[in-house]
Amino acid sequence: MRFAVIRFPGSNCDQDCVLALESFEGVEASYVWHKDESLEGFDAVVLPGGFSYGDYLRCGAIARFSPIMKAVRGAAADGKLVIGICNGFQILCESRLLPGALIRNRDLHFLCRHVFMRVESAESSFTGAGEKGAVWNIPIAHGEGAYCAAPEVLEEIEKRGQVLLRYCGAGGEVGEETNPNGSVGNIAGIRNLEGNVFGLMPHPERACEAGLGSTDGRFIFQSMIQAFRKTGATKTGEEAA
Amino acid sequence: MSNPEITPEVIAKHGITPEEFERIQKILGRDPNFTELGVFSVMWSEHCSYKNSKPELRKFPTTGERVLVKAGEENAGVIDIGDGWAIAFKIESHNHPSAVEPFQGAATGVGGIIRDIFTMGARPVFSMNSLRFGSIEGDSDAAKTNRRLFAGVVAGISHYGNCIGIPTIGGEVYFDDSYAGNPLVNVMCLGVLRHEQIARGAASGIGNPVFYVGAETGRDGLAGAAFASRELTEESKEDRPAVQVGDPFREKLLLEACLELLASGCVAGIQDMGAAGLTCSTCETASRGGTGVEIDVNLVPKREVGMTPYEILLSESQERMLVIVHKGQEATVREIFEKWDLPYAEVGTVKDDGKMRVMEGDRVAVEIPASKLADDAPIYNREVAPKKVAVPLSVDSVPEGDAGEILPALLADPSIASKRWVWRQYDHMVRLGATVLPGSDAAVFIVREAGKILAATTDCNAIYCLLDPREGGKIAVAEAARNLACSGAVPLAVTDNLNFGNPHKPENFLQLREAVEGLAEACRFFGTPVTGGNVSLYNESPAGAIDPTPTVGMVGIIERPECVMTQGFRGAGDAIYLLGEVLDGACASSGLGGSHYLKRVYGKKEGTPPRLDMGTEKRLHDLLRELIGGGFVKSAHDCAEGGLAVALAESCLSSGKDGCGHLGASVKIEGAGRADVLLFNEAQSRVVVSVESGKEKEFLAAVSRAGYPVSRLGEVAPTGRLSISVGEKEWQWSLADLEFAWGGAIGRLMA
Repeated sequence: MRFAVIRFPGSNCDQDCVLALESFEGVEASYVWHKDESLEGFDAVVLPGGFSYGDYLRCGAIARFSPIMKAVRGAAADGKLVIGICNGFQILCESRLLPGALIRNRDLHFLCRHVFMRVESAESSFTGAGEKGAVWNIPIAHGEGAYCAAPEVLEEIEKRGQVLLRYCGAGGEVGEETNPNGSVGNIAGIRNLEGNVFGLMPHPERACEAGLGSTDGRFIFQSMIQAFRKTGATKTGEEAA
Repeated sequence: MSNPEITPEVIAKHGITPEEFERIQKILGRDPNFTELGVFSVMWSEHCSYKNSKPELRKFPTTGERVLVKAGEENAGVIDIGDGWAIAFKIESHNHPSAVEPFQGAATGVGGIIRDIFTMGARPVFSMNSLRFGSIEGDSDAAKTNRRLFAGVVAGISHYGNCIGIPTIGGEVYFDDSYAGNPLVNVMCLGVLRHEQIARGAASGIGNPVFYVGAETGRDGLAGAAFASRELTEESKEDRPAVQVGDPFREKLLLEACLELLASGCVAGIQDMGAAGLTCSTCETASRGGTGVEIDVNLVPKREVGMTPYEILLSESQERMLVIVHKGQEATVREIFEKWDLPYAEVGTVKDDGKMRVMEGDRVAVEIPASKLADDAPIYNREVAPKKVAVPLSVDSVPEGDAGEILPALLADPSIASKRWVWRQYDHMVRLGATVLPGSDAAVFIVREAGKILAATTDCNAIYCLLDPREGGKIAVAEAARNLACSGAVPLAVTDNLNFGNPHKPENFLQLREAVEGLAEACRFFGTPVTGGNVSLYNESPAGAIDPTPTVGMVGIIERPECVMTQGFRGAGDAIYLLGEVLDGACASSGLGGSHYLKRVYGKKEGTPPRLDMGTEKRLHDLLRELIGGGFVKSAHDCAEGGLAVALAESCLSSGKDGCGHLGASVKIEGAGRADVLLFNEAQSRVVVSVESGKEKEFLAAVSRAGYPVSRLGEVAPTGRLSISVGEKEWQWSLADLEFAWGGAIGRLMA
């Protein structure tokens, strides 16, 4: 399975993503420069964390217009798996590939720490390797990670089960005390309606080896690989043919 | 544009003394023009020339078998870590800019030290910092100002470090009123490189083109180096234009572009534009290369119109580098800098005449012999006050306090309390290296490209340095080495940041000299050469000089992943031992002198600092590494501020993930004398370890082979309580209460 890791000039988790991805058997991960315009030959796309173009305006507001994003939109439309992590999530929202927006954390500080999140649904290409209700420990690191959306949008994404991860306590309890950044409904990650685009503020690539404190991030990449092998492989195979 | 006339007032305004002006006239064989005067004033500031501290700095050991680039030779020292890999690291201060504008002051401090590292050809892999502020407690205006400075500095470091993607993995923060109005912001960065990748800051190869790369030059930070070399006054706010504005995104681009450029092999020499900007980089590269450099300011990319050569040369705009390229390879520079969308310009050439010549089109604006400017700054042997003998403290003069109240009070002291509020604002996990989260004795980082595990720490107890700068200096080095040993590391080398008051005052200069001699002696003893660092003098506010603060940044290496050790208890039932004495009977002030107990409870900074026996200390470090390597201990934490009781509490409170504790302890302290003295004295060379019950025999055998004092204090308990008994007395604290005091103190003050 071939992953494209998009490299904006201010991406800084790109190398971490490649390192994490390549720890999975049968996975190949390559960098794709933001000025490139094609994602041909890739099975999945990762928009990594960082500060795409400095992000002095709104995070991801400029990245949305970069040449490579046209190709990312194309890949999403083709049904390929697209995951946006942290800054990547912000870019997906700015690009309207995902609903809602990410605003400054509740207490206005950048926050880097391990947090817990509950799996709301395992019926997805990004959580399928886990179990519904499972509690994962994956770190966050962001200043603008409070998810928000208009009430009618929220109602819609909740109704359609697009919320895949919710911040919680070690025992899975969801509430204001277990909400690290003020996200509405403790939302940590959402998918699009079609189910092939996923954005999350936590950094799964930072939770892929025991020496770094957790391996729960592996569930997310493993889910993508499983989903691809089940369905995507045939599809890409046909396209290639 | 004509230069203003040189009058005695103009000379004085540049901080140039009449004697220094004569020296300039001699070097030039004529009067300098206004621009040249500006150039001399920044190059001969303390910040650039070390004119007041050089004779002292020469006392440091700077050589060793691992030293590849020595202190002072280049922007940062380089140390061999084996297998063809090396590290470049350095600490630098941004105290004065941070006092005036904390956010940008601290942010650009981070930017500057990162440039120093990648200038060496190294990829920066982590940063740390050592911070000092006035008290943040209470409702006074001073406390509010200190809180504003603290919040601003942390936010500035967070902004720059997080954006550029270099993890900030540790450091230290202390609060004391001697820093009110003059905070200390010392930032350290470490990078890795292959031996053959070491880049030099020399202008070599006559005829080679000189490129300016990076951000455009503006009027920001005009003569910041000279600003940093003055005392802060009420009027310092007017110096705000001397503070630069940082752009971490630009620096990220510059970092990647420069590393790519260096890898291409087209670079003959490279130098960052930090303090004294274009001036310093041109004359230093020429001086190091034994060549001359000629540049034309008209070719320099500028952000503003109408800038004079004076302004262009003295600007301290950030995120800029000077690169000397092998002739014929100019196209490579173009290609790489266009890829990264960064400004670049060929601004000059390497010459054979030894001159730093600055043209403004056809007009010569500056012509100065480069080596004289860079290396012939005057050197002053400042007047030294006679030595003061510190007066020991008698235990009887300290009323006996109740440990039940003292321990939570000490834990909630912002200098001792958990710095979680600080380090959670730093991205410490990017680059997947932080295998030990901040908050343990030392930061531990996996350098994946090199397959090495490094440990790093910054340390300085300034109260000890105030009471006895020589002993305080030694203890700073010993504590750093101890923190590394507790983490399982062998120390490699040191970078230091000497923060002192105005050197023209003999008592301040005495502190500098004594501290340097103490540091030097200890660095020699522990085999850790000084690879460079920074001197920051003139740290005074209207209220007086800061406590002398010679911060030590020490880096070590951990041989195997199994040897990485942390401070938190790990298993209920494990035995708790103290390596070292509960009370140092030979210490003149019984370990209470300069203690945080004395400061927190009685508001005093008195007595003599704890006694340090370096031989004992070294034996402790070797023993710790043996115990860790043998798998006999499960945690190790040194006794520092607050003594044994605080160390025990911290080991409980650090027993869980993310710095939160769940394991208690039940201990009994044997010893003669007052309980408060036994629990809170700060005797040196002591470490609290925990040992699995099945391994106590082997543990004790190893300790006894080393002949090191040891006592069994008790066991780790699953109870969620810390209980300590001394003789007939016993105290119990719930971990929740201690966590409230220790974990939440800073957050509550800053809310």
